[in-house]
Amino acid sequence: MAETQIKNFTLNFGPQHPAAHGVLRLVLEMDGEVIVRADPHIGLLHRGTEKLIEYKSYLQAIPYFDRLDYVAPQNQEHAFALAVEKLLGLEVPPRAQYIRVLYAEIGRILSHILNVCSYAMDVGAMTPMLWGFEERERLMEFCERVSGARMHMNYFRPGGVAFDMPSGLAEDIDGWADHFPNFVDDCETLLTENRIFKQRTVDIGVITADQALDWGFSGPNLRACGIAWDLRKAQPYDVYEKMEFGVVVGKHGDCYARYLMRMAEMRVSVKIIKQCLEQMPGGPIKADDRKITPPSRAEMKHSMEALIHHFKLFTEGYHVPAGETYTAVEAPKGEFGVYLVSDGTNKPYRCKIRAPGFAHLQALELLSKGHMLADMVANIGSIDIVFGEIDR
Amino acid sequence: MDLALKDLGDYVAEALPQEVLGTEIEFDELMVRARRELIVKVLTFLRDDVNCRFQQLMDVCGVDYPEREKRFEVVYNLLSLTHNMRVRVKVETDEETPVPSVSGVFSSATWWEREAWDLFGIYFSEHPDLRRIMTDYGFDGHPLRKDFPLTGYVEVRYDDEQKRVVYEPVKLTQEFRTFDFLSPWEGVQGVLPGDEKADGDA
Repeated sequence: MAETQIKNFTLNFGPQHPAAHGVLRLVLEMDGEVIVRADPHIGLLHRGTEKLIEYKSYLQAIPYFDRLDYVAPQNQEHAFALAVEKLLGLEVPPRAQYIRVLYAEIGRILSHILNVCSYAMDVGAMTPMLWGFEERERLMEFCERVSGARMHMNYFRPGGVAFDMPSGLAEDIDGWADHFPNFVDDCETLLTENRIFKQRTVDIGVITADQALDWGFSGPNLRACGIAWDLRKAQPYDVYEKMEFGVVVGKHGDCYARYLMRMAEMRVSVKIIKQCLEQMPGGPIKADDRKITPPSRAEMKHSMEALIHHFKLFTEGYHVPAGETYTAVEAPKGEFGVYLVSDGTNKPYRCKIRAPGFAHLQALELLSKGHMLADMVANIGSIDIVFGEIDR
Repeated sequence: MDLALKDLGDYVAEALPQEVLGTEIEFDELMVRARRELIVKVLTFLRDDVNCRFQQLMDVCGVDYPEREKRFEVVYNLLSLTHNMRVRVKVETDEETPVPSVSGVFSSATWWEREAWDLFGIYFSEHPDLRRIMTDYGFDGHPLRKDFPLTGYVEVRYDDEQKRVVYEPVKLTQEFRTFDFLSPWEGVQGVLPGDEKADGDA
């Protein structure tokens, strides 16, 4: 039989493909079933967050952070609050720090549940998604009880948190933390040794430690390659210093390792949540500086000065001294950084958002080259991308 | 931490006298000003030198200062896992002068430089793939420049007659509102008229 020349085939994947995790458009060059080149087109969800923040006061900028990685809004707010506090030189009271760490870990679990379960669905398992959303609903209820909003909490403010935790909430979270490891166990019985799941993920999308560093990987995706790097440990913020927890490290850097990483991290998060609840002290939940944090409602009813402070804070906002900082937190998806430049006015001069997913998605071509088309779906799922933060 | 950063700053400035213009420490963060043409060498040094080992480029971004002669700053944020330190490298450029691309040193820079090109119009020379990344296909302008209006220039809608999405000049149903909340009282520097004698010995 004479050899025929087969021309490569260009395939459009997304932007409305359910496995594209949002609005990813991929232009794939295929040699038969094998991927030769992958060119992700992003920006279909670009909302100009960074531009909008330049026109808002520091307080008004916080809700935009909820809408970046909308799966775990708390962690983004955390980065921004820390950056502003750094520029202001503000001390946060211990109780607020504990509440923030508690909710940051809740955010981490929210994100990991969604990722693991939707990933399982991408590669063919339906049940984890249904189970996972039940747990997510419980967690979002905790968010609602503390801030009034299930998802976009707008809860972490420079100087502390917006409200104190209502009575009874700590006990309920504690009760939830007791049974949640059972859910992780159940999920693992479904997936970890599942033959189909392993066939789809083991040795797919392998990335070495050196490559991962070169491509700016962070978070679980970096740890899956065997690098023990966790900002919560290496550069602790708030009360992570006082928490006892281990850093989960993987070995192979493939899709399966990244999945195991997230499963193990959920257990670690539960441990941190437990410690937070145990150690949480009483006291104020925001810094005692009326030029930065608003007075309580009750105070405003009888204090003229409190009323003036409230009015000033919610119209003009506060002025942040000129300066710049790059502040990063360990968000569920990796290093979430805020590069904040202040010119001394009440609005940020520039606020660059460093989204972990941006770096991960960039390496998608590296991960997928030479794999089959179906493995592309596994790769996209395993690097945990959310377009809110990538497109900004 | 602070001392180590100062030492590192001095070390980098000494090792690269031609390339580094100055170092600063602010909020426990080290910032290195570099010469634009030699940025590739600076980042290569920071990555490979035993005392630096900044293996990861976490972020590249632009900042626009329209009142300056060289209006753009390109900011590179690096992270060293070995020494658990961060450094920020800055170069200055204007609308025409290209900045050498560092995508050969750190692969992760490729998309961030594309982003800086897209949003600011900062040109990177020897970049393997300098296309727009964030904005729409066929977009005109660089939205994060300070002189680009927040509302933009065009809006899109689906036209039922033409059966396609059409681009039209932006029409605001109400005037664009900017509130200047800056208090005039706090803007006054120095002594208020009539207040001269308040602290005096009069």
